[in-house]
Amino acid sequence: MAHIKLLNEELPGIVGLLNYRPETARPLLDLAETLLRGPSSLTSGEREIIAASVSYWNQCHFCHTSHAAAAAAHLGSGIGLIDDIKAGLPNTPVSDKLRALLHIAHQVQKNGKNVTEEDISVARELGATDQELHDTVLIAAAFCMYNRYVDGLGTWAPGPNEAYTAMGERMAHVGYGKN
Amino acid sequence: MPHINLNNEYPGIRSLFIYRPETAAPMNALVQAMLHNPHPSLSAGERELIATYVSRLNTCKYCCNIHGAIAKHQLGNNGAIVEEVLQNPDTAPISSKMKALLKIAAKVQSGGKNVLPEDIELARADGASDIDIHDAVLIAAAFCMYNRYVDGLATWQPDDADLYDKMGEQRAREGYLTPPFKVAASLQ
Repeated sequence: MAHIKLLNEELPGIVGLLNYRPETARPLLDLAETLLRGPSSLTSGEREIIAASVSYWNQCHFCHTSHAAAAAAHLGSGIGLIDDIKAGLPNTPVSDKLRALLHIAHQVQKNGKNVTEEDISVARELGATDQELHDTVLIAAAFCMYNRYVDGLGTWAPGPNEAYTAMGERMAHVGYGKN
Repeated sequence: MPHINLNNEYPGIRSLFIYRPETAAPMNALVQAMLHNPHPSLSAGERELIATYVSRLNTCKYCCNIHGAIAKHQLGNNGAIVEEVLQNPDTAPISSKMKALLKIAAKVQSGGKNVLPEDIELARADGASDIDIHDAVLIAAAFCMYNRYVDGLATWQPDDADLYDKMGEQRAREGYLTPPFKVAASLQ
């Protein structure tokens, strides 16, 4: 049970919190929609993999599993991707550029100052643009927020990966804050 | 120097907001809702203290200085309270409710799961409402984003205390949605 009395205790993870406080829900949803589904030269599948990886490193089960399921829905890869993200994507064909961006995301997850000039040069040599570097840093930073919000208020989350399939499809193909 | 070419001379998060207006809009709307808009039981100054304290824990110079300056102006131009909270919230001249909320904020900063039922009980015993607890957690979480964004792209973070004070006075008065004033290039 969550640390505070939510209006609807059946809603899992961030969903119950967004329903509890609409004043902050709107910008939180708009940010997720822009970061993960807005125009970008990174695909939505790639951006959801960054979001899910950061959530895994932050040990946020709800955010990791739901965003990994959204990545799987974008990529048509099947929900084996959820566990593959935990393992560092050994069985998923991702570009070297995305691997370099994931390294930057991991640095941001620890602290913004951990991102070095060298991390940036390596990603650039593999083809990352300024806007891709920007969006990677902001997605990683934003999930350091969403993850802490979800866990800091003690929300509940479904356990098994299969419970997230429909949610991931909806996040990928309908969007955030869309009916 | 910033890690990417931002094409403007504004400091800290303002340089990023100008670079990428699509994400600036919801980020500004969020900070306005959390810190500036009317609140049933936490003053704008109290909410700014939470933002300032978390930014210090994340060692983000720009965010700590600017929100410290906004807090000072929201608290009747009292910079001493801000300094005392940054030194040690337990001995600062703030309410016991605020001390309990700052403890929760520090736990959120180190990891959401670190917030324990007893931390919540302590805050409740000191008069914190569910909205207070929700907002303290969300403010702390959000500054774990803003701080990483500002530092992760190595933005320009001036050392000039007067500049932060002037920017802080503007934000305390106008909120977050108005354009920033031009910072003299000579300050760089």
